[in-house]
Amino acid sequence: MSKKNKFSAGMMVVYVILTCWALTTVYPIIWVIQNSFKAKDKILSNSFAMPLGELFTAANYRKAFKTADILGSYKNSLFISSMVAIFVILLAGMGAYALARYQFKGSGILHSMVVGAMMFPAFATVISVYQIEFRWGIASTGSWFLNMLSVILPQVAGNLAFAMVVLIGYMKGLPVELEEAAYMEGCNAFQIYFKVIMPLTKPSFATVAIFSFLWSYNDLFTQSFFLRRPDMYSITMMLNNISAKEGTDYGMMAAVVALIIIPVIIVYCFLQKYIIKGMTAGAVKG
Amino acid sequence: MGANIYRNKKPAFVFLVPAFVFMVVFLYYPFIKNVINSFMEIKSLGAAGTRFNTPWYSNYVEMFQDQNVWTAVKNTILMMIVTLVGQVGIAVILALMVDNIGRGRQFFRTVFFFPIVISATALGLMFNLVFLYDKGMVNQFLETLGKQNLTDWKAEGIALFTMMLPVMWQYVGFYFVILVTGLNNISDELYEAARIDGATRLQSVRYLSIPLLHNVICTCSVLAVTGALKVFDLPWVMFPKGMPLKTTFLTGTYMYYHTMETKNVDYGAALAVLIVVLGIVLSKIVNWIFREKDY
Repeated sequence: MSKKNKFSAGMMVVYVILTCWALTTVYPIIWVIQNSFKAKDKILSNSFAMPLGELFTAANYRKAFKTADILGSYKNSLFISSMVAIFVILLAGMGAYALARYQFKGSGILHSMVVGAMMFPAFATVISVYQIEFRWGIASTGSWFLNMLSVILPQVAGNLAFAMVVLIGYMKGLPVELEEAAYMEGCNAFQIYFKVIMPLTKPSFATVAIFSFLWSYNDLFTQSFFLRRPDMYSITMMLNNISAKEGTDYGMMAAVVALIIIPVIIVYCFLQKYIIKGMTAGAVKG
Repeated sequence: MGANIYRNKKPAFVFLVPAFVFMVVFLYYPFIKNVINSFMEIKSLGAAGTRFNTPWYSNYVEMFQDQNVWTAVKNTILMMIVTLVGQVGIAVILALMVDNIGRGRQFFRTVFFFPIVISATALGLMFNLVFLYDKGMVNQFLETLGKQNLTDWKAEGIALFTMMLPVMWQYVGFYFVILVTGLNNISDELYEAARIDGATRLQSVRYLSIPLLHNVICTCSVLAVTGALKVFDLPWVMFPKGMPLKTTFLTGTYMYYHTMETKNVDYGAALAVLIVVLGIVLSKIVNWIFREKDY
Protein backbone atom coordinates (compact mmCIF):
# COMPACT_ATOMS: atom_id res chain seq x y z
CA MET A 1 0.00 0.00 0.00
CA SER A 2 3.01 2.28 0.41
CA LYS A 3 3.23 2.41 -3.35
CA LYS A 4 -0.19 3.94 -3.51
CA ASN A 5 0.80 6.74 -1.11
CA LYS A 6 3.88 7.67 -3.10
CA PHE A 7 1.80 7.67 -6.18
CA SER A 8 -0.72 10.14 -4.81
CA ALA A 9 2.11 12.51 -3.78
CA GLY A 10 3.20 12.41 -7.42
CA MET A 11 -0.40 13.05 -8.39
CA MET A 12 -0.38 16.18 -6.25
CA VAL A 13 2.59 17.56 -8.20
CA VAL A 14 0.85 16.76 -11.45
CA TYR A 15 -2.30 18.58 -10.37
CA VAL A 16 -0.29 21.58 -9.18
CA ILE A 17 1.48 21.87 -12.54
CA LEU A 18 -1.73 21.49 -14.49
CA THR A 19 -3.46 24.08 -12.35
CA CYS A 20 -0.56 26.50 -12.85
CA TRP A 21 -0.93 26.28 -16.61
CA ALA A 22 -4.69 26.66 -16.27
CA LEU A 23 -4.05 29.84 -14.27
CA THR A 24 -1.94 31.29 -17.06
CA THR A 25 -4.83 30.89 -19.47
CA VAL A 26 -7.55 32.11 -17.16
CA TYR A 27 -6.03 34.67 -14.85
CA PRO A 28 -4.91 37.32 -17.40
CA ILE A 29 -8.48 37.50 -18.63
CA ILE A 30 -9.90 37.83 -15.12
CA TRP A 31 -7.29 40.51 -14.47
CA VAL A 32 -8.33 42.48 -17.53
CA ILE A 33 -12.03 42.24 -16.71
CA GLN A 34 -11.41 43.24 -13.12
CA ASN A 35 -9.40 46.28 -14.15
CA SER A 36 -11.89 47.35 -16.77
CA PHE A 37 -14.07 48.47 -13.86
CA LYS A 38 -11.41 50.70 -12.35
CA ALA A 39 -10.35 54.25 -13.11
CA LYS A 40 -7.02 54.52 -14.91
CA ASP A 41 -5.00 55.73 -11.93
CA LYS A 42 -6.42 52.99 -9.69
CA ILE A 43 -5.17 50.30 -12.06
CA LEU A 44 -1.67 51.63 -11.73
CA SER A 45 -1.63 51.63 -7.95
CA ASN A 46 -3.03 48.18 -7.33
CA SER A 47 -4.26 46.10 -10.20
CA PHE A 48 -4.86 42.91 -8.25
CA ALA A 49 -7.60 44.31 -6.01
CA MET A 50 -11.21 43.51 -6.84
CA PRO A 51 -13.14 46.51 -8.19
CA LEU A 52 -15.45 46.87 -5.19
CA GLY A 53 -16.89 49.90 -3.43
CA GLU A 54 -14.80 53.01 -4.03
CA LEU A 55 -12.76 51.37 -6.74
CA PHE A 56 -15.71 50.48 -8.96
CA THR A 57 -16.53 52.57 -11.99
CA ALA A 58 -18.31 51.93 -15.27
CA ALA A 59 -16.78 54.99 -16.89
CA ASN A 60 -14.43 52.91 -19.03
CA TYR A 61 -17.37 51.16 -20.63
CA ARG A 62 -19.22 54.39 -21.25
CA LYS A 63 -16.14 55.81 -22.92
CA ALA A 64 -15.57 52.63 -24.93
CA PHE A 65 -19.06 52.77 -26.41
CA LYS A 66 -18.62 56.46 -27.16
CA THR A 67 -15.19 56.14 -28.78
CA ALA A 68 -15.74 53.08 -30.92
CA ASP A 69 -18.76 51.76 -32.72
CA ILE A 70 -18.60 48.46 -30.91
CA LEU A 71 -22.10 47.26 -31.78
CA GLY A 72 -21.56 48.23 -35.40
CA SER A 73 -18.36 46.24 -35.66
CA TYR A 74 -20.05 43.29 -33.97
CA LYS A 75 -22.75 43.44 -36.61
CA ASN A 76 -20.19 43.61 -39.43
CA SER A 77 -18.10 40.78 -38.01
CA LEU A 78 -21.08 38.51 -37.43
CA PHE A 79 -22.37 39.14 -40.93
CA ILE A 80 -19.01 38.49 -42.59
CA SER A 81 -18.25 35.35 -40.61
CA SER A 82 -21.73 33.85 -41.00
CA MET A 83 -21.62 34.42 -44.74
CA VAL A 84 -18.16 32.87 -44.95
CA ALA A 85 -19.36 29.81 -43.05
CA ILE A 86 -22.49 29.45 -45.21
CA PHE A 87 -20.67 29.81 -48.51
CA VAL A 88 -17.91 27.45 -47.46
CA ILE A 89 -20.49 24.81 -46.55
CA LEU A 90 -22.39 25.20 -49.81
CA LEU A 91 -19.42 25.23 -52.14
CA ALA A 92 -17.17 22.79 -50.31
CA GLY A 93 -20.03 20.35 -49.69
CA MET A 94 -20.90 19.99 -53.36
CA GLY A 95 -17.28 19.84 -54.46
CA ALA A 96 -16.41 17.30 -51.80
CA TYR A 97 -19.35 15.08 -52.77
CA ALA A 98 -18.27 14.99 -56.40
CA LEU A 99 -14.67 14.21 -55.48
CA ALA A 100 -15.65 11.58 -52.92
CA ARG A 101 -18.02 9.64 -55.17
CA TYR A 102 -17.26 10.20 -58.83
CA GLN A 103 -14.36 8.59 -60.63
CA PHE A 104 -13.35 10.42 -63.79
CA LYS A 105 -10.34 11.46 -65.79
CA GLY A 106 -8.61 14.27 -63.98
CA SER A 107 -10.16 13.62 -60.59
CA GLY A 108 -6.66 12.96 -59.28
CA ILE A 109 -5.49 16.34 -60.52
CA LEU A 110 -8.47 18.08 -58.93
CA HIS A 111 -7.72 16.30 -55.70
CA SER A 112 -4.15 17.57 -55.71
CA MET A 113 -5.44 21.04 -56.54
CA VAL A 114 -7.51 20.98 -53.37
CA VAL A 115 -4.61 19.81 -51.24
CA GLY A 116 -2.29 22.30 -52.92
CA ALA A 117 -4.71 25.16 -52.26
CA MET A 118 -4.33 24.58 -48.52
CA MET A 119 -0.69 25.57 -48.77
CA PHE A 120 -1.17 29.15 -49.98
CA PRO A 121 -0.53 31.62 -47.22
CA ALA A 122 -2.81 34.67 -47.26
CA PHE A 123 0.30 36.83 -47.65
CA ALA A 124 0.91 35.43 -51.13
CA THR A 125 -2.51 36.18 -52.59
CA VAL A 126 -3.85 39.24 -50.82
CA ILE A 127 -2.25 41.95 -52.98
CA SER A 128 -3.46 40.39 -56.21
CA VAL A 129 -6.91 39.69 -54.82
CA TYR A 130 -7.15 43.33 -53.89
CA GLN A 131 -6.13 44.35 -57.41
CA ILE A 132 -8.71 42.03 -58.94
CA GLU A 133 -11.50 43.24 -56.69
CA PHE A 134 -10.50 46.83 -57.25
CA ARG A 135 -10.78 46.30 -60.99
CA TRP A 136 -14.21 44.72 -60.51
CA GLY A 137 -15.22 47.74 -58.48
CA ILE A 138 -16.02 45.89 -55.27
CA ALA A 139 -13.00 46.79 -53.12
CA SER A 140 -12.82 50.17 -51.37
CA THR A 141 -16.20 51.47 -52.38
CA GLY A 142 -18.67 53.40 -50.28
CA SER A 143 -21.21 50.61 -50.22
CA TRP A 144 -21.56 48.55 -47.06
CA PHE A 145 -22.62 45.47 -48.95
CA LEU A 146 -19.71 45.59 -51.41
CA ASN A 147 -17.23 46.13 -48.59
CA MET A 148 -18.54 43.07 -46.83
CA LEU A 149 -18.53 41.09 -50.08
CA SER A 150 -14.94 42.10 -50.83
CA VAL A 151 -13.73 40.49 -47.63
CA ILE A 152 -16.11 37.52 -47.72
CA LEU A 153 -14.87 36.30 -51.12
CA PRO A 154 -11.18 35.83 -50.26
CA GLN A 155 -12.05 34.40 -46.86
CA VAL A 156 -14.33 31.81 -48.44
CA ALA A 157 -11.55 30.89 -50.84
CA GLY A 158 -9.09 30.63 -47.97
CA ASN A 159 -11.25 28.12 -46.09
CA LEU A 160 -12.59 26.16 -49.04
CA ALA A 161 -9.74 23.74 -49.56
CA PHE A 162 -9.45 22.77 -45.93
CA ALA A 163 -13.22 22.29 -45.68
CA MET A 164 -13.21 20.06 -48.75
CA VAL A 165 -10.47 17.84 -47.36
CA VAL A 166 -12.41 17.36 -44.11
CA LEU A 167 -15.70 16.73 -45.92
CA ILE A 168 -14.24 14.33 -48.48
CA GLY A 169 -12.84 12.25 -45.65
CA TYR A 170 -16.20 12.11 -43.95
CA MET A 171 -18.28 11.46 -47.07
CA LYS A 172 -16.05 8.61 -48.19
CA GLY A 173 -16.92 6.86 -44.94
CA LEU A 174 -20.68 7.04 -45.56
CA PRO A 175 -22.30 3.77 -46.70
CA VAL A 176 -23.11 3.93 -50.38
CA GLU A 177 -26.20 1.71 -49.92
CA LEU A 178 -28.41 4.61 -48.92
CA GLU A 179 -27.54 6.43 -52.10
CA GLU A 180 -28.28 3.27 -54.08
CA ALA A 181 -31.68 2.99 -52.44
CA ALA A 182 -32.44 6.60 -53.25
CA TYR A 183 -31.29 6.01 -56.82
CA MET A 184 -33.62 3.03 -57.12
CA GLU A 185 -36.47 5.24 -55.94
CA GLY A 186 -35.71 7.47 -58.89
CA CYS A 187 -33.68 10.26 -57.31
CA ASN A 188 -31.17 12.05 -59.50
CA ALA A 189 -27.70 13.03 -58.33
CA PHE A 190 -28.84 16.42 -57.04
CA GLN A 191 -31.70 14.96 -55.04
CA ILE A 192 -29.35 12.36 -53.62
CA TYR A 193 -26.93 15.08 -52.57
CA PHE A 194 -29.48 17.37 -50.96
CA LYS A 195 -31.73 14.71 -49.44
CA VAL A 196 -29.33 11.92 -48.50
CA ILE A 197 -25.76 13.16 -48.35
CA MET A 198 -26.28 16.57 -46.79
CA PRO A 199 -28.31 15.35 -43.79
CA LEU A 200 -25.85 12.52 -43.16
CA THR A 201 -22.86 14.87 -43.31
CA LYS A 202 -24.33 17.25 -40.73
CA PRO A 203 -21.70 16.64 -38.02
CA SER A 204 -18.89 17.29 -40.44
CA PHE A 205 -20.64 20.38 -41.79
CA ALA A 206 -20.87 21.68 -38.24
CA THR A 207 -17.13 21.17 -37.79
CA VAL A 208 -16.38 23.01 -41.01
CA ALA A 209 -18.80 25.83 -40.24
CA ILE A 210 -17.32 26.44 -36.80
CA PHE A 211 -13.80 26.41 -38.15
CA SER A 212 -14.57 28.82 -40.99
CA PHE A 213 -16.60 31.11 -38.78
CA LEU A 214 -13.93 31.43 -36.10
CA TRP A 215 -11.13 31.77 -38.59
CA SER A 216 -12.91 34.61 -40.32
CA TYR A 217 -14.07 36.20 -37.06
CA ASN A 218 -10.56 36.29 -35.63
CA ASP A 219 -8.72 37.31 -38.77
CA LEU A 220 -7.03 40.70 -38.87
CA PHE A 221 -4.70 40.38 -41.84
CA THR A 222 -7.17 39.95 -44.71
CA GLN A 223 -9.75 42.24 -43.17
CA SER A 224 -7.28 45.08 -42.78
CA PHE A 225 -6.87 45.18 -46.56
CA PHE A 226 -10.55 45.34 -47.38
CA LEU A 227 -12.27 47.10 -44.48
CA ARG A 228 -10.65 50.47 -44.14
CA ARG A 229 -13.53 52.78 -43.36
CA PRO A 230 -14.51 53.05 -39.68
CA ASP A 231 -18.16 52.22 -40.41
CA MET A 232 -17.05 49.02 -42.17
CA TYR A 233 -14.75 47.86 -39.38
CA SER A 234 -14.96 44.32 -38.14
CA ILE A 235 -14.17 43.60 -34.52
CA THR A 236 -10.49 42.91 -35.06
CA MET A 237 -10.13 46.08 -37.15
CA MET A 238 -11.93 48.13 -34.54
CA LEU A 239 -9.61 46.75 -31.84
CA ASN A 240 -6.50 47.42 -33.88
CA ASN A 241 -7.63 50.95 -34.65
CA ILE A 242 -8.63 51.84 -31.11
CA SER A 243 -5.32 50.56 -29.76
CA ALA A 244 -3.42 52.77 -32.20
CA LYS A 245 -5.47 55.81 -31.23
CA GLU A 246 -6.27 55.37 -27.55
CA GLY A 247 -3.71 52.76 -26.53
CA THR A 248 -2.64 54.70 -23.46
CA ASP A 249 -6.10 54.85 -21.91
CA TYR A 250 -5.57 51.57 -20.11
CA GLY A 251 -8.93 51.52 -18.39
CA MET A 252 -10.80 51.86 -21.64
CA MET A 253 -8.54 49.39 -23.41
CA ALA A 254 -9.34 46.86 -20.71
CA ALA A 255 -13.04 47.57 -21.15
CA VAL A 256 -12.87 47.11 -24.92
CA VAL A 257 -10.92 43.86 -24.59
CA ALA A 258 -13.47 42.62 -22.04
CA LEU A 259 -16.36 43.53 -24.33
CA ILE A 260 -14.81 41.51 -27.12
CA ILE A 261 -13.66 38.51 -25.08
CA ILE A 262 -16.65 37.89 -22.78
CA PRO A 263 -19.21 36.98 -25.48
CA VAL A 264 -16.69 34.59 -27.04
CA ILE A 265 -16.10 32.90 -23.69
CA ILE A 266 -19.83 32.48 -23.14
CA VAL A 267 -20.32 30.91 -26.57
CA TYR A 268 -17.26 28.74 -26.01
CA CYS A 269 -18.63 27.42 -22.72
CA PHE A 270 -21.81 26.21 -24.42
CA LEU A 271 -20.30 24.87 -27.62
CA GLN A 272 -16.83 23.87 -26.46
CA LYS A 273 -17.16 20.24 -27.50
CA TYR A 274 -17.98 21.20 -31.09
CA ILE A 275 -15.52 24.08 -31.18
CA ILE A 276 -12.59 21.97 -30.02
CA LYS A 277 -13.51 19.33 -32.56
CA GLY A 278 -13.90 21.91 -35.28
CA MET A 279 -10.60 23.62 -34.65
CA THR A 280 -8.55 20.43 -34.48
CA ALA A 281 -10.33 18.65 -37.34
CA GLY A 282 -7.48 19.16 -39.76
CA ALA A 283 -4.93 17.44 -37.59
CA VAL A 284 -7.02 14.63 -36.12
CA LYS A 285 -8.60 12.44 -38.73
CA GLY A 286 -12.35 12.18 -38.50
CA MET B 1 -24.94 -2.02 -59.26
CA GLY B 2 -23.66 0.71 -56.96
CA ALA B 3 -21.43 2.20 -59.61
CA ASN B 4 -24.47 2.86 -61.80
CA ILE B 5 -25.45 5.97 -59.88
CA TYR B 6 -22.13 7.56 -60.59
CA ARG B 7 -21.74 6.36 -64.16
CA ASN B 8 -23.31 9.53 -65.50
CA LYS B 9 -20.55 12.03 -64.85
CA LYS B 10 -22.37 15.18 -65.90
CA PRO B 11 -23.70 16.11 -62.43
CA ALA B 12 -20.17 15.87 -61.05
CA PHE B 13 -19.12 18.88 -63.06
CA VAL B 14 -22.04 20.93 -61.85
CA PHE B 15 -20.99 20.07 -58.30
CA LEU B 16 -17.35 20.86 -58.92
CA VAL B 17 -17.54 24.07 -60.92
CA PRO B 18 -18.44 26.57 -58.15
CA ALA B 19 -15.75 25.44 -55.72
CA PHE B 20 -13.03 25.24 -58.34
CA VAL B 21 -13.92 28.53 -59.99
CA PHE B 22 -13.58 30.08 -56.55
CA MET B 23 -10.23 28.46 -55.91
CA VAL B 24 -8.83 29.42 -59.29
CA VAL B 25 -10.05 33.02 -59.17
CA PHE B 26 -9.13 33.73 -55.54
CA LEU B 27 -6.15 31.46 -54.92
CA TYR B 28 -4.36 30.06 -57.95
CA TYR B 29 -4.62 33.07 -60.24
CA PRO B 30 -3.72 35.63 -57.53
CA PHE B 31 -0.81 33.45 -56.48
CA ILE B 32 0.67 33.47 -59.97
CA LYS B 33 -0.16 37.14 -60.42
CA ASN B 34 1.64 37.90 -57.19
CA VAL B 35 4.84 36.44 -58.58
CA ILE B 36 4.44 38.61 -61.67
CA ASN B 37 3.62 41.62 -59.48
CA SER B 38 6.90 41.21 -57.68
CA PHE B 39 8.70 42.11 -60.94
CA MET B 40 6.44 45.04 -61.80
CA GLU B 41 6.29 48.63 -60.73
CA ILE B 42 3.11 49.19 -58.72
CA LYS B 43 2.24 52.69 -57.62
CA SER B 44 -0.46 51.96 -55.09
CA LEU B 45 -2.45 49.09 -53.64
CA GLY B 46 -5.15 48.18 -56.11
CA ALA B 47 -3.37 49.73 -59.08
CA ALA B 48 -2.20 47.35 -61.77
CA GLY B 49 1.50 47.07 -62.49
CA THR B 50 2.26 49.38 -65.40
CA ARG B 51 5.70 48.20 -66.43
CA PHE B 52 8.50 45.96 -65.32
CA ASN B 53 11.09 47.18 -62.87
CA THR B 54 14.54 47.96 -64.26
CA PRO B 55 16.12 45.50 -64.00
CA TRP B 56 13.04 43.32 -63.68
CA TYR B 57 14.45 41.46 -60.68
CA SER B 58 15.40 44.63 -58.77
CA ASN B 59 13.07 43.84 -55.85
CA TYR B 60 14.97 40.63 -55.22
CA VAL B 61 18.30 42.44 -55.31
CA GLU B 62 16.91 44.93 -52.81
CA MET B 63 15.73 42.06 -50.64
CA PHE B 64 19.23 40.65 -50.31
CA GLN B 65 20.61 44.03 -49.32
CA ASP B 66 17.77 44.88 -46.95
CA GLN B 67 18.95 44.44 -43.37
CA ASN B 68 15.34 44.17 -42.15
CA VAL B 69 14.70 41.12 -44.32
CA TRP B 70 17.47 39.29 -42.53
CA THR B 71 16.08 40.38 -39.17
CA ALA B 72 12.63 39.17 -40.21
CA VAL B 73 13.86 35.81 -41.48
CA LYS B 74 16.00 35.32 -38.38
CA ASN B 75 13.07 36.20 -36.11
CA THR B 76 10.76 33.90 -38.02
CA ILE B 77 13.14 30.96 -37.72
CA LEU B 78 13.51 31.74 -34.02
CA MET B 79 9.72 31.81 -33.77
CA MET B 80 9.60 28.36 -35.36
CA ILE B 81 12.05 26.97 -32.86
CA VAL B 82 10.12 28.57 -30.00
CA THR B 83 6.81 27.16 -31.21
CA LEU B 84 8.33 23.76 -31.87
CA VAL B 85 10.03 23.43 -28.50
CA GLY B 86 7.63 25.54 -26.45
CA GLN B 87 4.22 24.69 -27.84
CA VAL B 88 4.72 21.05 -28.70
CA GLY B 89 7.03 20.42 -25.74
CA ILE B 90 4.72 21.91 -23.15
CA ALA B 91 1.73 20.30 -24.83
CA VAL B 92 3.34 16.85 -24.65
CA ILE B 93 4.06 17.26 -20.94
CA LEU B 94 0.58 18.55 -20.17
CA ALA B 95 -1.05 15.82 -22.27
CA LEU B 96 0.89 13.03 -20.59
CA MET B 97 -0.06 14.47 -17.21
CA VAL B 98 -3.73 14.83 -18.02
CA ASP B 99 -3.79 11.32 -19.44
CA ASN B 100 -2.70 9.97 -16.07
CA ILE B 101 -5.09 11.82 -13.81
CA GLY B 102 -8.52 10.64 -12.79
CA ARG B 103 -10.64 13.71 -12.21
CA GLY B 104 -10.72 16.99 -14.09
CA ARG B 105 -9.65 15.86 -17.56
CA GLN B 106 -12.55 17.65 -19.20
CA PHE B 107 -11.92 20.78 -17.15
CA PHE B 108 -8.27 21.06 -18.15
CA ARG B 109 -9.12 20.35 -21.77
CA THR B 110 -11.65 23.18 -21.79
CA VAL B 111 -9.42 25.65 -19.99
CA PHE B 112 -6.23 24.89 -21.90
CA PHE B 113 -7.92 25.16 -25.26
CA PHE B 114 -9.78 28.36 -24.85
CA PRO B 115 -7.11 31.00 -25.75
CA ILE B 116 -7.29 29.64 -29.29
CA VAL B 117 -10.90 30.72 -29.63
CA ILE B 118 -10.11 34.35 -28.81
CA SER B 119 -8.79 36.52 -31.61
CA ALA B 120 -5.06 37.15 -31.52
CA THR B 121 -5.86 40.84 -31.89
CA ALA B 122 -7.76 40.93 -28.59
CA LEU B 123 -5.07 38.82 -26.94
CA GLY B 124 -2.42 41.21 -28.24
CA LEU B 125 -4.19 44.12 -26.59
CA MET B 126 -4.60 42.09 -23.44
CA PHE B 127 -0.89 41.32 -23.33
CA ASN B 128 -0.11 44.97 -23.97
CA LEU B 129 -1.80 45.61 -20.64
CA VAL B 130 -0.25 42.58 -18.97
CA PHE B 131 3.29 43.61 -19.98
CA LEU B 132 2.75 47.31 -19.45
CA TYR B 133 5.87 49.06 -18.19
CA ASP B 134 3.90 51.40 -16.01
CA LYS B 135 2.59 48.76 -13.63
CA GLY B 136 1.16 46.11 -15.87
CA MET B 137 0.25 42.77 -14.37
CA VAL B 138 3.70 41.23 -14.68
CA ASN B 139 5.56 44.24 -13.32
CA GLN B 140 3.22 44.61 -10.37
CA PHE B 141 3.50 40.93 -9.65
CA LEU B 142 7.30 41.07 -9.71
CA GLU B 143 7.13 44.08 -7.44
CA THR B 144 5.13 42.19 -4.84
CA LEU B 145 7.79 39.47 -5.05
CA GLY B 146 10.29 42.14 -4.03
CA LYS B 147 11.80 43.20 -7.35
CA GLN B 148 12.96 46.82 -7.08
CA ASN B 149 13.03 48.35 -10.55
CA LEU B 150 10.44 47.86 -13.27
CA THR B 151 11.26 45.98 -16.45
CA ASP B 152 10.39 47.56 -19.78
CA TRP B 153 9.12 44.47 -21.55
CA LYS B 154 9.02 46.24 -24.88
CA ALA B 155 12.61 47.49 -24.87
CA GLU B 156 15.12 46.28 -27.40
CA GLY B 157 16.61 42.94 -26.46
CA ILE B 158 13.65 41.68 -24.50
CA ALA B 159 10.97 42.66 -27.04
CA LEU B 160 11.29 39.42 -28.99
CA PHE B 161 10.69 37.43 -25.84
CA THR B 162 7.62 39.52 -24.99
CA MET B 163 6.30 38.96 -28.50
CA MET B 164 6.93 35.24 -28.76
CA LEU B 165 5.71 34.24 -25.33
CA PRO B 166 2.00 35.04 -25.98
CA VAL B 167 2.16 33.49 -29.46
CA MET B 168 3.56 30.32 -27.95
CA TRP B 169 1.15 30.38 -25.02
CA GLN B 170 -1.94 30.77 -27.19
CA TYR B 171 -1.52 27.56 -29.17
CA VAL B 172 -0.28 25.14 -26.51
CA GLY B 173 -3.88 24.05 -25.93
CA PHE B 174 -4.31 23.23 -29.61
CA TYR B 175 -1.49 20.69 -29.64
CA PHE B 176 -2.54 19.52 -26.21
CA VAL B 177 -5.96 18.47 -27.51
CA ILE B 178 -4.46 16.69 -30.51
CA LEU B 179 -2.02 14.83 -28.28
CA VAL B 180 -4.66 13.87 -25.73
CA THR B 181 -6.78 12.48 -28.56
CA GLY B 182 -3.75 10.51 -29.68
CA LEU B 183 -3.23 9.16 -26.17
CA ASN B 184 -6.87 8.12 -25.93
CA ASN B 185 -6.39 6.04 -29.05
CA ILE B 186 -3.76 3.89 -27.34
CA SER B 187 -5.55 0.78 -26.20
CA ASP B 188 -5.96 0.21 -22.47
CA GLU B 189 -4.90 -3.41 -22.86
CA LEU B 190 -1.32 -2.32 -23.50
CA TYR B 191 -1.20 -0.42 -20.23
CA GLU B 192 -2.87 -3.34 -18.52
CA ALA B 193 -0.20 -5.71 -19.84
CA ALA B 194 2.57 -3.36 -18.78
CA ARG B 195 1.12 -3.10 -15.30
CA ILE B 196 0.91 -6.84 -14.96
CA ASP B 197 4.55 -7.06 -16.02
CA GLY B 198 5.34 -4.75 -13.13
CA ALA B 199 5.86 -1.45 -14.94
CA THR B 200 5.42 1.69 -12.86
CA ARG B 201 3.32 4.52 -14.12
CA LEU B 202 6.41 6.49 -15.14
CA GLN B 203 7.77 3.51 -17.01
CA SER B 204 4.59 2.99 -18.95
CA VAL B 205 4.63 6.68 -19.90
CA ARG B 206 8.24 6.41 -20.99
CA TYR B 207 8.07 3.08 -22.83
CA LEU B 208 4.47 3.03 -24.03
CA SER B 209 2.87 6.46 -24.31
CA ILE B 210 5.79 8.40 -25.76
CA PRO B 211 6.82 5.88 -28.45
CA LEU B 212 3.21 5.28 -29.47
CA LEU B 213 2.65 9.02 -29.63
CA HIS B 214 5.60 9.53 -31.95
CA ASN B 215 3.57 10.03 -35.11
CA VAL B 216 1.15 12.42 -33.45
CA ILE B 217 4.08 14.46 -32.12
CA CYS B 218 5.47 14.59 -35.67
CA THR B 219 2.16 15.87 -37.01
CA CYS B 220 2.11 18.54 -34.32
CA SER B 221 5.68 19.56 -35.07
CA VAL B 222 4.95 20.05 -38.75
CA LEU B 223 1.83 22.04 -37.89
CA ALA B 224 3.75 24.18 -35.39
CA VAL B 225 6.48 25.05 -37.87
CA THR B 226 4.12 25.91 -40.72
CA GLY B 227 1.92 27.78 -38.25
CA ALA B 228 4.83 29.94 -37.13
CA LEU B 229 5.15 31.28 -40.68
CA LYS B 230 1.57 32.50 -40.65
CA VAL B 231 1.78 34.41 -37.38
CA PHE B 232 0.75 37.97 -37.97
CA ASP B 233 -2.03 39.42 -35.83
CA LEU B 234 -0.54 39.24 -32.36
CA PRO B 235 2.95 40.58 -33.19
CA TRP B 236 1.46 43.36 -35.29
CA VAL B 237 -0.86 44.47 -32.50
CA MET B 238 1.82 44.32 -29.80
CA PHE B 239 4.74 45.59 -31.86
CA PRO B 240 3.42 47.52 -34.88
CA LYS B 241 5.93 48.44 -37.57
CA GLY B 242 8.66 46.30 -36.06
CA MET B 243 8.93 48.36 -32.90
CA PRO B 244 11.35 48.96 -31.26
CA LEU B 245 13.72 50.12 -34.01
CA LYS B 246 12.49 47.53 -36.52
CA THR B 247 13.91 44.64 -34.53
CA THR B 248 10.72 42.60 -34.11
CA PHE B 249 9.74 42.11 -37.74
CA LEU B 250 8.62 38.67 -38.81
CA THR B 251 8.42 37.86 -42.50
CA GLY B 252 4.63 38.30 -42.40
CA THR B 253 4.61 41.60 -40.55
CA TYR B 254 7.44 42.93 -42.73
CA MET B 255 5.51 42.09 -45.87
CA TYR B 256 2.49 43.88 -44.45
CA TYR B 257 4.62 46.86 -43.42
CA HIS B 258 5.80 47.44 -46.97
CA THR B 259 2.45 46.81 -48.59
CA MET B 260 0.35 48.97 -46.30
CA GLU B 261 2.66 51.41 -44.53
CA THR B 262 5.42 52.37 -46.98
CA LYS B 263 3.18 51.72 -50.01
CA ASN B 264 5.98 49.81 -51.66
CA VAL B 265 3.45 47.31 -52.98
CA ASP B 266 5.63 45.45 -55.48
CA TYR B 267 8.30 44.95 -52.82
CA GLY B 268 5.55 43.55 -50.57
CA ALA B 269 4.69 41.12 -53.35
CA ALA B 270 8.33 40.06 -53.58
CA LEU B 271 8.41 39.51 -49.82
CA ALA B 272 5.29 37.36 -50.13
CA VAL B 273 7.17 35.21 -52.64
CA LEU B 274 9.98 34.93 -50.11
CA ILE B 275 7.46 33.76 -47.48
CA VAL B 276 6.22 31.04 -49.82
CA VAL B 277 9.73 29.86 -50.69
CA LEU B 278 10.71 29.90 -47.03
CA GLY B 279 7.58 27.93 -46.17
CA ILE B 280 8.27 25.24 -48.76
CA VAL B 281 11.94 24.88 -47.82
CA LEU B 282 11.36 24.82 -44.07
CA SER B 283 8.44 22.39 -44.16
CA LYS B 284 10.50 20.08 -46.38
CA ILE B 285 13.28 20.19 -43.80
CA VAL B 286 10.90 19.51 -40.92
CA ASN B 287 9.20 16.69 -42.81
CA TRP B 288 12.60 15.20 -43.51
CA ILE B 289 13.79 15.46 -39.91
CA PHE B 290 10.71 13.79 -38.53
CA ARG B 291 10.57 11.10 -41.16
CA GLU B 292 14.18 10.15 -40.41
CA LYS B 293 13.27 9.17 -36.88
CA ASP B 294 10.24 7.19 -37.97
CA TYR B 295 10.13 3.56 -36.95
